[in-house]
Amino acid sequence: MTVGVLALQGNFADHCRVLRNIGCTCEEVRSLRELALVDRLIIPGGESTVIGRLLFESGLSQEIISRHREGSLPVFGTCAGAIVLATEVMGAPAPSLRLMDMSIERNAYGRQLQSFQTNLAICGHATPIPVSFIRAPKIVRTGPSVDVLATHGGHPVLVRQGDVLAATFHPEVHEEAVLHRLFMEM
Amino acid sequence: MQGRQNILGQDFAKMLRGGVIMDVVSAEQACIAQAAGACAVMALERIPADIRVQGGVARMSDPQLIREIQEAVSIPVMAKVRIGHTAEARILEALEIDFIDESEVLTPADPFAHIDKTQFQVPFVCGATNLGEGLRRVEEGASMIRTKGEAGTGNVIEAVRHMKSIRSEIASLRTMGEEELVAFASRERVSLGLVRSVRDEGRLPVVTFVAGGVATPADAALLMQLGAEGVFVGSGIFKSGNPRKMAESIVQATIHFSDPKKLLEVSTGLGSAMPGEEIGAVSVRMQDRGW
Repeated sequence: MTVGVLALQGNFADHCRVLRNIGCTCEEVRSLRELALVDRLIIPGGESTVIGRLLFESGLSQEIISRHREGSLPVFGTCAGAIVLATEVMGAPAPSLRLMDMSIERNAYGRQLQSFQTNLAICGHATPIPVSFIRAPKIVRTGPSVDVLATHGGHPVLVRQGDVLAATFHPEVHEEAVLHRLFMEM
Repeated sequence: MQGRQNILGQDFAKMLRGGVIMDVVSAEQACIAQAAGACAVMALERIPADIRVQGGVARMSDPQLIREIQEAVSIPVMAKVRIGHTAEARILEALEIDFIDESEVLTPADPFAHIDKTQFQVPFVCGATNLGEGLRRVEEGASMIRTKGEAGTGNVIEAVRHMKSIRSEIASLRTMGEEELVAFASRERVSLGLVRSVRDEGRLPVVTFVAGGVATPADAALLMQLGAEGVFVGSGIFKSGNPRKMAESIVQATIHFSDPKKLLEVSTGLGSAMPGEEIGAVSVRMQDRGW
């Protein structure tokens, strides 16, 4: 079992570190050749406009979508990674993989001054985990087949639909592995 | 030290990894940069190459220009303040800028001290020419470090020098005994705890980009190969013959820095790069500002 971490732009390094800490084999993915070698994919936080654009230019997007349809590629997106998974990105049209039935609003909390850390209660996990919301998006609608696994301020912040998991925050900057373990079990 | 650091700023810097931050002087240029794949823009009135030519005192840009750029794009917006100019920094914080660059490209304001960045909520990036300088900035509260290079020259040699210096000094820490570590910390005026953590981690404690003289996709790739986590491009884009294409190609080269075929593809048919200068020919060495 090899977990790929999309390494076009963003905080792929910390995801790799967390995965290695829990004993997973992981590879950075920048090309179709590298994508073909992995069994799961994490799309990290970064700039969603950059990651979205590069996903489509590189042809990785089509391959991710088709492997998702076959059921052979569980995907976990954090922050910008969650944005590129959404069926609808509010405001400016942005390239998206549309793997998760939700509407999401970019930079919904404001600029960097509104970024914050908190301890978040996760459904099915006894103790809250430390996470950071960095220029985070907000999930403003979820479809009927989407499970909400955590909320903050009345909005879903961790959601799952089948083998797709999305978080609007960053667990990886705290070397927090609870969500990575959850993803590995999906 | 940890409690006084801007952890959220350090986390934010991690999201910029693998990206290109581009200097822009107008909302129009900011839109071009965003469309080309910039992970952030640096809003300023004059790019370094023009500051060199025009001379005079270079200061923080008019907040009106910065606000126009903030409104034009959805990616993070950074802006520069003079070294030690706490008041300019407070103005940018009030403007809710995403990152402040305390920059040697502007004329320094304080001959004694850099800004005490621990007093700000908004994160700072600072330039460094070597490890000690980078660590002094980190202890002052910088959330991100970039090499100084020699801005506005289109000449990459100084950025390479600074990146290699930082790297080799970190490597040499790893061979030092306790006594030598104490001597290094004392000589560089930084805490022993910070020096130990750099030795143990084998890297600076904050995200480290390169800046200063990057003019081509190959320059960006070279610096990424030396261990940079991302690239600032100042004059290199909008002083080139085809800014849109140059910007896109530098973004691609920064991602695919270890893939020669991809680098060949994105380096081909770009038109003219910015005109460059020999370092010995410049009258102001910006990298010597700050300490």
